[in-house]
Amino acid sequence: MLTMTSPVPPGGQLVDHPALPGGYAEPDWSKPLPSREGDRVIQFREALREAISEEMRRDERVFLLGEEVAEYNGAYKVSQGMLDEFGPKRIIDSPISENGFAGLGAAAAMYGLRPIIEFMSWSFSLVAADQIMNNVPKMLYMSGGQWGCPIVFRGNDGAGGQLGSTHSWTVEGLYANVPGVKIAIPSCPYDAKGLLKTAILDPDPVFFLESERMLGDKAHVPEEEYYIPFGQAARLREGDACTLVSFGRPVNFCLEAADALAGEGIDVDVLDMRTIRPLDMNSVIESIKRTNRVVVVDQCWPFGSVASEVVTQIIERGFDWLDHPPVRVNTEDVPTPYAKQLEAAYLPSTERIIAAVRGAVG
Amino acid sequence: MTDVKTKPAKGARLSDALTDDTLLQWLRSMQLIREFETRTMQAYQQAKIGGFCHIYSGQEACAVGTIGSVNHDDPVITAYRDHGHALARGMSAKACMAEMFGKQAGCAKGKGGSMHMFDRPNHLYGGHGIVGAQTPLGAGLAFGARYAWEVLGVGEKKVSLCYLGDGALDQGALHEAQNLASLFGLPVIYVVENNGYSMGTAIGRHTANHERLTSRAAGYGIKGIEIDGFDVLNVYDEFKPLVDECRDLQRPGFVDLKTYRYQGHSMSDPQKYRTKDEVEQWKERDSIAALLSYVMSERGAIDEDGWKSMQQEIKEEVLEAVDFAENAEAPDPATELYSDVLIKPMEGMSPSGAYLHGERNPLI
Ligand SMILES: Cc1ncc(C[n+]2csc(CCOP(=O)(O)OP(=O)(O)O)c2C)c(N)n1
Ligand SMILES: [Mg+2]
Repeated sequence: MLTMTSPVPPGGQLVDHPALPGGYAEPDWSKPLPSREGDRVIQFREALREAISEEMRRDERVFLLGEEVAEYNGAYKVSQGMLDEFGPKRIIDSPISENGFAGLGAAAAMYGLRPIIEFMSWSFSLVAADQIMNNVPKMLYMSGGQWGCPIVFRGNDGAGGQLGSTHSWTVEGLYANVPGVKIAIPSCPYDAKGLLKTAILDPDPVFFLESERMLGDKAHVPEEEYYIPFGQAARLREGDACTLVSFGRPVNFCLEAADALAGEGIDVDVLDMRTIRPLDMNSVIESIKRTNRVVVVDQCWPFGSVASEVVTQIIERGFDWLDHPPVRVNTEDVPTPYAKQLEAAYLPSTERIIAAVRGAVG
Repeated sequence: MTDVKTKPAKGARLSDALTDDTLLQWLRSMQLIREFETRTMQAYQQAKIGGFCHIYSGQEACAVGTIGSVNHDDPVITAYRDHGHALARGMSAKACMAEMFGKQAGCAKGKGGSMHMFDRPNHLYGGHGIVGAQTPLGAGLAFGARYAWEVLGVGEKKVSLCYLGDGALDQGALHEAQNLASLFGLPVIYVVENNGYSMGTAIGRHTANHERLTSRAAGYGIKGIEIDGFDVLNVYDEFKPLVDECRDLQRPGFVDLKTYRYQGHSMSDPQKYRTKDEVEQWKERDSIAALLSYVMSERGAIDEDGWKSMQQEIKEEVLEAVDFAENAEAPDPATELYSDVLIKPMEGMSPSGAYLHGERNPLI
């Protein structure tokens, strides 16, 4: 096994753990995050690439493995140019063997490396269910604290656009049920970079959910290195009428809805959870104490979803503050359809969110 | 530890060069496994051990001969019939037995059980309960070892050993793992402990073309050999050169290691699918008896008295282990239920409780 000391980003520190002989790096959390405003506008996919490349430059144990990541430059061009910089030993094209390469990554992590495993789509991770649900999250527990799996699995999650039901999985509801993993789900390029860098340093397995529909989104992303802590929601709009809770791509619909509702005189809080595990319920409860109303927007199916969990915890911790039953906006409870109109009706949308908020405040 | 006195003469067997000490250690290790399993069955019947429990008796030459052919820091991973591998790798009988008794002093602090033996200091990356699940992991250990050596410039060339039962031949995971291993040049040897049965299903009824398993390996461009797993010296003679080759060339290997289990599949198996005669016939070739006769008659390395006292010592060691396991503390739910879930616990991870750092694992 490898016992190499973990390289630490400037200002950070090394933390010991018996299951990770080289320790793990904590960034300097006291350093304030850079401004979200600015004019360095890049795509979501470039923000992801920047995060991976920065960490790969610092830590030679980090490698990227997945289908088409190297010579094809990434099925969605996230890893464009990385083969040239890092070479084929660290940017590794894999055959279509999700169960095989997910397990390979898991054991490489046990051995002492820091793998980043790309699923072309999280829909395809289902054939790797045994490795990512049975092995990765449970290794530390099953071994009585002897071996963890410091690994990042990442890829596209959610309906990509008329791909039909096999290719349109939102896996957060499914995977959030399993103890032992952390799950991050950025909604914008700024968070994509900061959360992915945190994911790569984190000593536990992290499932990182991106969205094909957002990879081309452009926004300001600071050139400097920064780490967004897990478990801290971002409050993206402020208002006292209602709390909108979401994560991932639908956060953008919530913002559209908030702007439209503001025109009607309804000001809402929009909370972008950014990570599902850990889940920043403190911020949700704090907000509800002011708004007394909540709408949870989640692109998973409703039954046993992340929204169900958020609502349950709201009831457990904030029941007395509520003036209206919690409302959830999920995808409709049917397989993902192909036809454009059907798919649009299936997904959470700005219109459905507006209607839900009106219902809650009305 | 395997010691070689000199290089074997031409035409001689590789194992001729093994020192008497090494052979006596192997004999001891095989007998320890046999005795350990006898007591395991007893404890199981007394309901001191719970869950699924798979006995290794009969297969001792497999674990001892193959593990005797690699270095201590070569990674090893196996399936759920794992007590033999754990002991052969050097886990103490106490840690192994205490694990099955579900005690804090067990190798996984009572969180793994019989099917999940992990031993970090002895480079044993687990017993794995899902049939075939360990085969991609075996490739990943080889990947890690090769990456460390080749990209990071740390350590030397290694070989990972990945054990599986014949039943795991039928799992898709093995196909993916072998393809990846060959494609990426991963030094992993898939050791099929072919005991002829996947639970109650004889190999001819569960896997196609079972007389020529090595032809599957050939399909991936992996060197495959058949080995009689009942003679530990033969295991070493055949297996060691494959290990050397896989290490040197950084290539995968495959072994159809033919063996037999004396006991039922698990502790709850009435064994309707085989006859008592069949079992007795295999027992006549017993691997411990064969090695004993070699070290006694051909090497003169031990005599009857020596063997008796070795057996006695082992018996005491195992009884002590049972005693230790019985009297050891059960894990305290207040500190252990929620520990070892995450290396870095954080607020907001779970609605049912806060994750903790538990007591340090007794092995590390
Ligand atoms: C994926 C999966 N399916 C079924 C089982 C139940 N099961 C446990 S062991 C076993 C038989 C496997 O036999 P083999 O691989 O030959 O190993 P042996 O028990 O002979 O050592 C079965 C069916 C399991 N553990 N995992
Ligand atoms: Mg078998």
